[in-house]
Amino acid sequence: MNDNAPLLKIRDLRIEGRSDETWLPIVNGIDLDLHRGEVLGLIGESGAGKSTVGLAAMGFTRDGCRISGGSVVFDGQDLVSASADAKRALLGKRIAYVAQSAAASFNPAHKIIDQHTEAPVTHDVMDKAESQADAMELYAKLRLPNPDEIGFRYPHQVSGGQLQRAMTAMAMSCRPDLIVFDEPTTALDVTTQIEVLAAIRRIVDEFDTAAIYITHDLAVVAQMADRIKVLLKGDEVETADTRTMLAHPTEDYTKSLWAVRSFARPVKPAVAEGSVPLVSVRGITAAYGKVDVLRDVSFDMHTGRTVAVVGESGSGKSTVARCITGLLPPRSGMVEFDGTPLPADYRKRTKDQLRQIQMIYQMADTALNPKTRIGDIIGRPVEFYMGLKGRAKRARVNDLLNQIELDPDQYYHRLPSELSGGQKQRVGIARALAAEPRFIICDEVTSALDQLVAEGILKLLARLQDELGLTYMFITHDLATVKAIADEVVVMKDGKVVEQGGKAEMFRPPHHPYTDLLLSSVPEMDPDWLTDLLAERGADNLGDAAIDKM
Amino acid sequence: MIVVYIIVGVVALIAAGWVFRAAGRATGRPAFRDMDLSTAFGYALGAVVVVWGIYAFFFVEAAVFFRWAVQGIIGFAIAAWIFRFIGRHVGPDSVRRQFRAMPLTASFGILTILIYAIVAIFAGVLAPHGQAEVFANVNVLPGGDPALGGDPAFPLGTDQIGRDLLSRLIYGAQNTVGIAFATTVLAFLLGGTLGFLAATVGGWLDNLLSRMVDVLMAIPSLIFALLLMTIASAWAGSEKWLLTVYMVVIIAVIDSTRVYRLARAVGSSIVVMDYIEAAKLRGEGMGYLIFREILPNATAPLLAEFGLRFCFVFLTIASLSFLGVGIQPPLADWGTMVRDLSQFINFAAFSPLTAALPLMAAGAIALLTVAVNFVVDWMLHRSSGLKG
Amino acid sequence: MGSVTRIVLQRLGLGLLTLFIVSIVIFTAVNMLPGDFAEAILGQGATPQAVAAIRHDLGLDQPPVSRYLEWLADAVRGDLGTSFAQANFASFVGSDAGAGMASVADTLVPRFRNTMFLAGVTAAIAVPVSLIIGVLAALYRNSVFDKVANMATLTSISSPEFFLAYILILFLAVLNPWLPSLSNIYDGMGFGERLEKTMLPALTLTLVVTAHMMRMTRAAIINLLASPYIEMARLKGLSPMRVIVRHALPNALAPIINVVALNLAYLITGVVVVEVVFVYPGIGQLFVDSVKIRDIPVVQACCLIFASAYILLNLLADILSILSNPRLRHPK
Repeated sequence: MNDNAPLLKIRDLRIEGRSDETWLPIVNGIDLDLHRGEVLGLIGESGAGKSTVGLAAMGFTRDGCRISGGSVVFDGQDLVSASADAKRALLGKRIAYVAQSAAASFNPAHKIIDQHTEAPVTHDVMDKAESQADAMELYAKLRLPNPDEIGFRYPHQVSGGQLQRAMTAMAMSCRPDLIVFDEPTTALDVTTQIEVLAAIRRIVDEFDTAAIYITHDLAVVAQMADRIKVLLKGDEVETADTRTMLAHPTEDYTKSLWAVRSFARPVKPAVAEGSVPLVSVRGITAAYGKVDVLRDVSFDMHTGRTVAVVGESGSGKSTVARCITGLLPPRSGMVEFDGTPLPADYRKRTKDQLRQIQMIYQMADTALNPKTRIGDIIGRPVEFYMGLKGRAKRARVNDLLNQIELDPDQYYHRLPSELSGGQKQRVGIARALAAEPRFIICDEVTSALDQLVAEGILKLLARLQDELGLTYMFITHDLATVKAIADEVVVMKDGKVVEQGGKAEMFRPPHHPYTDLLLSSVPEMDPDWLTDLLAERGADNLGDAAIDKM
Repeated sequence: MIVVYIIVGVVALIAAGWVFRAAGRATGRPAFRDMDLSTAFGYALGAVVVVWGIYAFFFVEAAVFFRWAVQGIIGFAIAAWIFRFIGRHVGPDSVRRQFRAMPLTASFGILTILIYAIVAIFAGVLAPHGQAEVFANVNVLPGGDPALGGDPAFPLGTDQIGRDLLSRLIYGAQNTVGIAFATTVLAFLLGGTLGFLAATVGGWLDNLLSRMVDVLMAIPSLIFALLLMTIASAWAGSEKWLLTVYMVVIIAVIDSTRVYRLARAVGSSIVVMDYIEAAKLRGEGMGYLIFREILPNATAPLLAEFGLRFCFVFLTIASLSFLGVGIQPPLADWGTMVRDLSQFINFAAFSPLTAALPLMAAGAIALLTVAVNFVVDWMLHRSSGLKG
Repeated sequence: MGSVTRIVLQRLGLGLLTLFIVSIVIFTAVNMLPGDFAEAILGQGATPQAVAAIRHDLGLDQPPVSRYLEWLADAVRGDLGTSFAQANFASFVGSDAGAGMASVADTLVPRFRNTMFLAGVTAAIAVPVSLIIGVLAALYRNSVFDKVANMATLTSISSPEFFLAYILILFLAVLNPWLPSLSNIYDGMGFGERLEKTMLPALTLTLVVTAHMMRMTRAAIINLLASPYIEMARLKGLSPMRVIVRHALPNALAPIINVVALNLAYLITGVVVVEVVFVYPGIGQLFVDSVKIRDIPVVQACCLIFASAYILLNLLADILSILSNPRLRHPK
């Protein structure tokens, strides 16, 4: 066997997907080389075809897709033309797969360890007892708690981050030559993500396994990959060594991806002493049923400023928004608007009070009525609050469309389904603006969008704030967004405010320990970041473990 | 003995499949390489069935009904194909686009529904005689050939009391389909309104209505309908038309429970959408929410459900009539016709056309429900395809 | 394990409550009849004394609530009252109104046995056939086989039971005299003969139920095959057989059990029309006959039996699918 030949060699790979009765191209001729022990990062926005390429590297296509041309040569064997039996002999044994959602990819009916031993036993690599012992060893290596016992649990009895590590162990069960990681940390919170990244890094280093690491997150790929390949709509943009790529991207598209990370607004002067906040949250305690989700939450938001409310899933940050809008009347505490208390229930508020507070949602798809035309979506609040009709209404809607940089002639009569994700989000913004509010709640408005599109939305929001003097409450879990747009930051955890203050102070030590953990867990574009962090924190002091120690 | 035949047959088919696959592999096509034996067996079985069908169609003298069935299916397929062809090339652009991606089954369904609608609406014009008109010629055989006991004035013959069967069949479309349609509309008005109300208002109203529906749905619907019809027939006394009205109401109420379930489910899945929240926070009233925000998004599933419900109501009414407690004479209806003519089926060996009479009435019922189901199937498939 | 037991007990309780409420509904519905049973029995020419006598015999002079409780208590003990048909006959021959009446239970029991036999034969054919076809259609989805099966089952579901019944009679009884078209079943006939006589109605029901069951099985399996853990199993290089048996089947159990139970419940309705077509002496035919002559106690009893069977089967489906859910069997 020639050691210099690449382990995986993909040439001119073309994949098509079925839509109605025709086949449309998804991947248009990708070349890829992967050597033993090398980690290749595949990055791109949604629809770039990165997952499809990752699966095709295993000779596999999902239902409704087909490989229409090219070759996938793994260790001298072309998987495109190989028989089903020949491919089965490789899968699981020499090529393994780690899926995005471990919770969905483990069979709920079997114990974790039984699923782990399945591949080695089927491929005659080990017998069941050996494989079980090996599994426990791998679990210990991946720092799973109770490695001797955890495998005998059912998947739903184990947390998401631990399950993702167990799946990485499962992929290693036959010591494959190649592992395909398909967005393994996308569904996880940042503090959990670190553990999984560290686990993957450790495994890949120790066994010198080649890997394809698929993700949309540049900072993550910078930690994991030796080389990076950028994809856009089924085409390759460029490929380069990780450090070269980060320092000197050649293509415009790659440069623009990199530039997104550097967007930041100028810092605003501090709020004048004694000025009345526009919205003041006073000691709110709220519950769904009997479970308290917010405990004594208080903070102020001043006119013309952006307050970012940060926290991981379950921290109660969206519940605060529901209390402010009046959808969830709090058990105690109150919300003041411009110095006067608001009725707790939105149904008891006046039309003008409702108008002053508007909301922009995370999922533009569910935020716009799919059967209503754009002009009517934006026109409704204009008519409802301002009483404008006919030509005056149309003129106002056109104004608003211009403000969000959509051409009125082109978009007025369209349905939401005829718009892209970013355009839909802009319509959501226009609908909020149409009420001429003073305060807008932005609930994770950019987290469902690709980075370039998200940047456009953030810039638009910043411009509107400067022009109209709006106040934003910006709910997010993404600290990069906070850095870009916030004036003040409120950090939440388990329904309580952990820390709050101006952005500059927040990003400067000393922090509250949780803020510190949160901040230090956000991957940076520096390829050495993870290595340094692991060295600094010590391997046993990650994520859950670190939180437990607080 | 039969078991031995079956085993031998299966083994022979497996062998045939194996040979077929081996022959295919010799050509080197990848489709044959990954083919498992069961698929090959399936092809062999299919081939045998097709050959047997062709043999029976052309060479077995006695297989009259089989020949009719095959001819019918081919005829319908051709008609559906022509209909789709016309649809693809005539009419406005939006209609043409619909026809372009339509499977043959759906175009067959639409064509059939159109024909039924036309027959039902113009029954008075199309039928040669009145539905209750009684003639002196009793028990005229179908076929219209006087030598064989027929009469050209009554192409399908007459029944025991001398009513023209063709006319009754045509009027049956009007009565059976019309009554079923009215019942379904009533069920939808009732169930849909309450379902959406429960979804939007929620709380105690939702709880109360849902528990009531649970109880009503715990009784099998045909049984419940029969029970209530017993009582209704006592109330109606000798007023036959009143009994038909009662039947419409009873079936509509029983069926509205199913509509309620769906409307509530569809409604509640829409109510949690962010655009509804946005409208609520804007301060919109209940009317705006239901008519402008919820209803437009519920039409697709409701329309599909309307088709299925119609089939169900139609079959229930036909069954009740068949059992003798549904649509009452003198109104002509297919379920009653099947029951009245069912004895003719024993003449199949001597006079196939006579035996076909009860089957025609029953087939008329089956054909419409099949057609509606085909269309609904296509609609559901299309809407699920769009989502993915 | 505690939580599963609790959920199952909850469902059982709910089922009993439903049954109780349904019995109230049936009783109330019957009591909405104009006039009362006594007049119905004796017809319009009855003397007031005779009416009063029967009314007293049947307990009709009691208030509705106590009558309901008595009826329910009797029904639970297996006493379903007295058939009017018998009563009519008795009064026609002039004997004492109370004496010659046969009890509903006596009429029902043999017929109930016949119906159970029919349902049993149907289930024995339909369940295995539909599960096999359903799984095959899911495995070879979008193939010719799947499309033919889809069209055939859709047609079968859409057709009224009596249409399928007459088609079968035409081909299997009239044109080819293989099976009897009338099911005259009597006590003491041999199993083989009974089976032969039951075959045509059972086949008719099989056609209807199989179509439903096959489509639901197919949908359940396809839904399952699209889940990420099946993809994971395939990407481990497991054989298709192992993927199905080890990874799909344990999770498919719940939906399949549900499908079977729901369709057995459906059988209960289907049985009525089919029994009438084949003059099969089962409870369904009795029900329809009683409806026509307004034999209220029998109608009431049949309704109660049908509804109980329906509720119990639905309950069974519910409980079995809870028991087969690993998330509930192995709580955190």
